Amino acid sequence: MSNWDILWQARDEFWTGFLNTMQIFGLSITAAFVIGCFMLYLLEGRPSVGKLSLRVFIDGMRMLPFLMLAYLLYYGLPTLGVRLDAWWAGVGALAVYHGCYFAEIFRGSRLVFPQGQIEAAQAHGFTRARMFVRLILPQIVMQTRPLIGNQLIYALKDTAFLVIITVRELTAAANSLSGTYFIPTEAFLVVIGFYWAVSIAMEIIIKQCGRFGARRGLDHA
Amino acid sequence: MPDDTAVSIHQLSKSFDDVEVLRDVSLEVAPGEVVTILGASGSGKSTLLRCINWLEQPDRGSIHIAGQRIGVDDAGKRMNARALARVRAQTGMVFQSFNLWPHLNVLHNITEAPVHVMGKSKGEAQTHARELLDKVGLSDKAQAYPGTLSGGQKQRVAIARALAMQPEVMLFDEPTSALDPELVGEVLTVIKDLSAEGYTMVIVTHEMSFARAVSDQVVFLDKGLIIEKAAPATFFDTPSTQRVRDFLKNHH
Ligand SMILES: Nc1ncnc2c1ncn2[C@@H]1O[C@H](COP(=O)(O)OP(=O)(O)OP(=O)(O)O)[C@@H](O)[C@H]1O
Ligand SMILES: [Mg+2]
Repeated sequence: MSNWDILWQARDEFWTGFLNTMQIFGLSITAAFVIGCFMLYLLEGRPSVGKLSLRVFIDGMRMLPFLMLAYLLYYGLPTLGVRLDAWWAGVGALAVYHGCYFAEIFRGSRLVFPQGQIEAAQAHGFTRARMFVRLILPQIVMQTRPLIGNQLIYALKDTAFLVIITVRELTAAANSLSGTYFIPTEAFLVVIGFYWAVSIAMEIIIKQCGRFGARRGLDHA
Repeated sequence: MPDDTAVSIHQLSKSFDDVEVLRDVSLEVAPGEVVTILGASGSGKSTLLRCINWLEQPDRGSIHIAGQRIGVDDAGKRMNARALARVRAQTGMVFQSFNLWPHLNVLHNITEAPVHVMGKSKGEAQTHARELLDKVGLSDKAQAYPGTLSGGQKQRVAIARALAMQPEVMLFDEPTSALDPELVGEVLTVIKDLSAEGYTMVIVTHEMSFARAVSDQVVFLDKGLIIEKAAPATFFDTPSTQRVRDFLKNHH
């Protein structure tokens, strides 16, 4: 039996790992997106101590290797009496970490958001929250879509780190098969194929969204 | 404060870093009246207009819109955001640079505030929006996005958007200054039509013949002071100050 045959026999393990990776990714990136939007909203308005602390927190997260955060949540939190299941620790770590990245991406776009549109909204009686949800956020998300696409790929790749906190995701599947049968190259090539396929699919989706935006005349407004 | 004025400004003062931009400005605008504000660049015209809907906060003085004080509540405290938004919704503002929301098509630019601020139903708001588009001559552009419109068309959409709030007063800050000369006329025509329909308007402009044709009252600002306030015929034909005579000479 060739190495590839062995892997084919073990296809269920890959598939389970893949589904688990996709669940973790889907859940954590959705949460990260919401966290990013929410942080952006919290940063609206005049500077304050609260906002400064949030900026420090965001920067602190961005400058932390993801692996450290995963370690801390899984191995560190129990010393404070909070024990998270590996799966949830992984999802939580990804959500917060990439949420901070999203916040920073959005913040950059918010800095150059035309003040005139905000004044128009104020003049039309918009309150801050409604203006944010209806007018600011949709445009910022549209504008930052290439960076969002990039972040999706980073987040997908970061799910692979969760193998070290014992999450049974795609990389863990490859790891265990390569260990059992000693076929590291092929096992990891298969996994790389999965990551590439998902990334390419996401890129295509983001591109389609871009076409949608261009049709609306957004890119030459 | 008299309840029968659309806008009543009382002894308004405003400084930007120690520079007094408005000094004791008082002005009453009756319902249906059109007031144009003239003055040299930097004389405080925009600041005055922007104080009316609290985009700028005056340091002293008071402003009432249809009898309702803006910016300060009955207890004399700074108005909360919700209350302020409610009073602001009674003014319609048209900016020099249009400031349309580019992610929404023309129809949705116009229905956005009626639906999401005033709580109108979508159907009702859209019917009204189509009437307004008709009024500004853009019935065929309902589905277009702002990015695909000319400056004159954008400004007419902005006017329709402000009218959709059924405001007590329309505020225009140099509505044609960002337009190519050949597009100025279409916007001024719309504003003239509005005045004929009895809309209350306060207009900052550099278009003298338009000001003369459309105004009931002309106000001249000089370094933050109102130095003339008169009917257009008096203002343009027999101005009482040398300052205004010089200004008019330069703007033929
Ligand atoms: N946000 C601000 N901060 C500081 N100074 C300001 C601000 N806004 C306006 N000013 C100053 O206040 C003065 C009056 O400005 P304003 O915009 O009201 O003049 P204006 O009459 O509308 O002039 P223009 O015809 O050029 O539009 C100017 O000297 C301007 O530089
Ligand atoms: Mg101005």
